[in-house]
Parts: sequence; structure tokens; C-alpha cells
Amino acid sequence: MNGDKIVEIKDLHVSVEDKEILDGVNFEMHRGEIHVLMGPNGTGKSTLGNALIGNPRFKVDSGSIKLKGEDITDAPVNERAKLGMFLSFQNPIEVPGVTLSAFIRTALEAKTGERIKLWDFKKKLKACMEILQMDESYADRDLNVGFSGGEKKKSEILQLLMLEPDFAILDETDSGLDVDAVHTVSEGIREYQKRCGGALLIITHSTKILESLKVDKTHVMVEGRIVRTGDASLVDEINEKGFDDYHEG
Amino acid sequence: MTIMKDKNENKTYVEDIDRSMYDFRNEDADAFRLEDGLTEEIVLKISEEKNDPEWMRQLRLKSLELYNKIEVPDWGPALDGLDIDHIATYVRKNTKMADNWDEVPEEIKDTFEKLGIPQAERKSLAGVGAQYDSELVYHNVREDVAKRGVVYTDIESALRGEYADLIKEKFMHLIPPNDHKFAALHGAVWSGGSFVYVPKGVKVDIPLQSYFRLNAKGAGQFEHTLIIVEEDADLHFIEGCSAPKYNVANLHAGCVELYVGRNARLRYSTIENWSKNMYNLNSKRAIIEEGGRIEWVSGSFGSHISCLYPMSILKGDRSTMEFTGISFANDDQNLDTGAKVVHIGEDTSSYINTKSISKGGGVCTFRSSLSIEKSAKRSKAAVSCESLMLDSESRSDTIPAMDIRCADADVGHEAQIGRISDDAVLYLMSRGMSEEDARALIVSGFADNVSKELPLEYAIEMNNLIRLEMKGSIG
Repeated sequence: MNGDKIVEIKDLHVSVEDKEILDGVNFEMHRGEIHVLMGPNGTGKSTLGNALIGNPRFKVDSGSIKLKGEDITDAPVNERAKLGMFLSFQNPIEVPGVTLSAFIRTALEAKTGERIKLWDFKKKLKACMEILQMDESYADRDLNVGFSGGEKKKSEILQLLMLEPDFAILDETDSGLDVDAVHTVSEGIREYQKRCGGALLIITHSTKILESLKVDKTHVMVEGRIVRTGDASLVDEINEKGFDDYHEG
Repeated sequence: MTIMKDKNENKTYVEDIDRSMYDFRNEDADAFRLEDGLTEEIVLKISEEKNDPEWMRQLRLKSLELYNKIEVPDWGPALDGLDIDHIATYVRKNTKMADNWDEVPEEIKDTFEKLGIPQAERKSLAGVGAQYDSELVYHNVREDVAKRGVVYTDIESALRGEYADLIKEKFMHLIPPNDHKFAALHGAVWSGGSFVYVPKGVKVDIPLQSYFRLNAKGAGQFEHTLIIVEEDADLHFIEGCSAPKYNVANLHAGCVELYVGRNARLRYSTIENWSKNMYNLNSKRAIIEEGGRIEWVSGSFGSHISCLYPMSILKGDRSTMEFTGISFANDDQNLDTGAKVVHIGEDTSSYINTKSISKGGGVCTFRSSLSIEKSAKRSKAAVSCESLMLDSESRSDTIPAMDIRCADADVGHEAQIGRISDDAVLYLMSRGMSEEDARALIVSGFADNVSKELPLEYAIEMNNLIRLEMKGSIG
């Protein structure tokens, strides 16, 4: 599928506390595509996610990030989100005193700049929670407070479904989930894809989450660089052989 | 197109709170105002003005004597900026108290309309009192509530009414004038306030509210609130206070005395939003009989300096208290707040839960004093305080004191001081919120368990206040 170009990353160099982590990353994604980013631990996958969303702790030394044709390399986090970027966090933060439902509504209002009609919102929220098999009571609970690991990830996917971004990065959304939860989350992702046709970058170690998804491209990242890009079959290959072939030296 | 944001612009810039909604003031044109300072002559004039019974006149004079003897407290925030010689202790408009809103003078009516007082009464209150400077200007209680024997009036009228003897017995009995210097001051010059009497078994299911407005410049407000909730009765009382800002010190030294009978319940809620030239040196105390319950909800947002530590005396067996409080100190504010509790009866329990937020160099101090007497067998007490500091100039202190004289008491204490985590701000911003909104949301969330305890209008007011305090430049 070859829709509009959603993301374009050119020669991205990123450092954390003066230590270079990403060493010239290039790739682009089009509307409706699913890309998988794989690679050994500590190779820079999460750094890429953080740099793309604009976490100020991750410093872009050179290169550029474009979202829907706009250069957002220096844009603040919330501007990126408003333009259509979304990151599903590996460790979603707990925010006491703010309910999940109020939070999503506030985020929607921040994004659209319009007041959201409560009735429509509630209906949609309920439908999305059903897809994710989340108990309705979670809507009125404080954001991620006391949620299990699985519930936190579901809460991230719920936000994905509600906010309908053009470009979503899922950073190890499947880690620490049991088989059933992975399946449910995968269903949620598929629903997002079906509904919004956004571009999805899935950072993962395992392949379970990909089972019900059609992967367009697979990137292998080693030591801060994408060393190989292939189609969906590359996922299986890595599954069998691991990353040994890619290590330098 | 490139979206860029200047690094400086990106930082949350903090400006002083926009208090315009509280800050309007009226001229003192037709007011009767006693000269500044505190002398026997002034005290006697107030007494005469109020047509005090003889015992009250004596109480005033005795209090003045004590005031002159007792030293300013040598702990807590410095009170150097407060000079009683420059405070007018009595100011009143040339008007009588009305029980019909239409009879309240236009200018005063305007003031309270702006503050939403009569609107709130129509919507959700059983009765309302409104004090303007030293005197009540309006007092009204719903007819059906009055019919059940509930009395809600100003103290002055009550002193001449059916409950005159009861007042004589209870007035400044819980907080005697020799308690501390400002209790003595209160005893000498008190004026206005409310008397509430809820007879045995009467449950008032919607709240009564008093609102205190100090309009006069360089003046003091010394209202006295006396509430008696008899056996098996139930009441929710709300007080609100505000004042316009002046460049000279104003003083509030009110006194609240609460008597909670057997198996009765009293909830006492306060939202205090004095202007930042106010010295808020208020005293509040409750005594609770067997099986009774006192619930304090306290929001402190305003004033230059506050010293406020509501005290509960759990006298009766199985009596309980719960204190929920929040304070928010910004630039040039030193809010020294907390709670005191004394366990005397058996199986008594208390829970103190407070939050404080400091910002822009503001200082929040939480003081708690818990004593469990020998007689208070199997008592339970828990103290929890959480502080949030929004920048490195601000300050937050916790000073807990405990005196436990009973071996089988169950006591817990928890304190937490923290800052807003960058990760939390990032998380909220990654969903489209500006940094400022993200911070405001985290702070309102922090305050949420207090706003939940407040009546809706006050919860909204509190959230607005937090938003105002958090407000910066929006690009």
C-alpha cells in the first residue's frame, strides 16, 4: 500500500547525556503501513521512539524528522501530538486524581481545540473499551493508578483508538503481557488500522503481537543504525536465527 | 512549515495570580469606622455600639488586659508586618442586617452577587449569612429548616434571644481569651459571625453557609462562629472568605467554636481566599461527645501569612474526627497550617489528611499535634501529609508532634514531599496538552481528594483557583 508519506526521517543522530545512541537513522513510512522495528536490547529502539515524540532528554544532534511534510525536529512534544503523532509508552505514568476518561477527553480537546460532546464521547469510549475487553469501571479510575501491567498497556491502546493519530509508535506494548492480553491488544491495533489507516511503527522483541497484523516492512536496528530492511518474512527469519548475523566485529 | 518554539517561551512562565474576580473594592464613603489601634476606649466603644450585655462587656475588657500581657507567639511565621496600631478593629456600613436580599444596600449586594453568594443560596443552601467588614448584612434561613427548630443568626441577635444563656455558657469557653494573644484580641474586639443551633435529632440535609468579606482597608475582621449540634443531629456548615488587595496589612482573627453532641455529626468546610496582604490568624476548635463526629474540610489559598490549626477534642467515647486540608502558597505567602487533635474518650479515632502546594517562593508548613491521653484506650490516629513543590525557590516543611500516653493506641504517620516529575509532564504533553496544562492537570489531580470533599460550587472554585495560580503565558 502506497499512500501519502506520513513520516520521513533523515540521517538522525541522537544522544543522551552526551552519549550518542542513534548514529544516522533513515526511514520513511506511508499512510496505512505497518513497520516493525526489531533489534537486540540496548540498541536504540526506544531512543528512536523517544526522539520522535520529542522527549527533551533525548537530544537530536543532527538530521531531521518530518511528519506529514512538516519539519518537527525542534517542535515541542505537544505540537507533535497535535499534528498526529502518538507514542504508546513502555512504562505508562500514573497520574493520581485524573480519571482515564477525563484524561482522554482533555487530550482530545487539546488536540482538536474544540469542546467534545460528552454523550458522543462516552459512547465511543465504551465501544473502544469493549474491543479491548476493559471493564467499564476503568474509565472512572485514576489514570494508570493501580493498573496491572496489562491494564496499563490496554489503557495506551485505548488512547490510540480514541485519539486516532496519523502516526503511532508502539514501544514494546506487548512486553510483560500474557497470551490473551497480547491477542486483545493486537485486536485493538487492528481496529485502529482499519478505522484510521494511520502509519504504525511497532517496536517489539516478540512476534506474537504481529500475528493478526499485516506487516509491510521490517527494520533491524543494531548499535544505533538500521542495518537491514526487509518484508514481513524477515520477522520470521529473525525469530529463527536471532540477531547474531548482524553484530559488527 | 516548521514548528519551532523558543526555549524560553517553552518554559512555564509564572505570573501573579489574577485575582480580579475577588479584587474589586468599594469605597468606604458612608461607613462608620472606629479609629485605628486598640485601647480600652475603643473596646468600650465597640461594646456600646453592640449594646453588649454586662458579662460580654467584662469579657471584652478582661480580654484586652490579657492581650496586653500575652506575648506574640515565638514560633511560626514572623508577624512583624502586623501592627495593631494601624488596624481598625471595627468598621460597619450604615445599614441594618436584612433577612431579605432586596433590602441589602446596592453596593454590598453587588459585592456578594459577584462572589456568587445569593445564587448559591437559591440553588443549594438551607441558609446563608453574609458579613461585610465587621457586621452581618444579611442572614436568612429556609423556612422549613427554621420550622424544625434550627436557629441560624448573628451572635448579636442571639445574645438577646432565646439562647442567650446558652451563649453565655459556651462563648469563648472552648477557646478562652487566655489561649493565645490573638484569642485575647478576638475576645476584646469580636464582631459579627454566626450562631447556629441544631436541636436534638434534626438532620439538616443541605448546608448552611456564611461568607465573610473584608472590604475596608487596614482593617480587621473578628467574627465569632458558635455552632451547637445537639444529640443525633446532623449539619454541614460552609464558610467562605475573601477580600480585595491593599498595600497595607489587614487582619483576620476570627474564632470558631463547635459543640458536637452525642452521636451527632458536623461537617465544617472552609474555602479561604483572603488577599495577599492579609494576616489570617484564626482559631477553630471543636469538642465532640460520645459517638459524635466532626469532619473538617479546609482549603487555604489566600493571605500573606496564615496560622491555622483547627483543633478537635475527642471527649466522648467512640467520637471521631476527620480533617482534610489543602493549602497553596505562591509568591510572598507563608501558610502555616495543620490540625490538632486530643483523644480523651475510649475507642476514639482521628484521621488527618493534608496536601500542600508551594510555588514561586511560597512557603507551606504543615504542623500537626496529636495527643492521646491515658484514658483514650484503643484509640486510633493517622496523620498523612503530602507536599508538592513546583520549583526550587519554594519551600515545604512538615512539623509533626505526638504525645501518646496510652499503650494500646494505634498511631500512624506518613509524610511525602515531592515535585512534579518530568516523565509525567512528558506523558501528558505527548497526548497534546501544553506544558502548562499538563502541570495544572497534575496539580489539580494532586488536590483531587480534597475537592471531592467540597460542595460542587466550592470544588469548582478551588479548581479555578488552582488554574489561576498555575496560569502562565499561553503562546
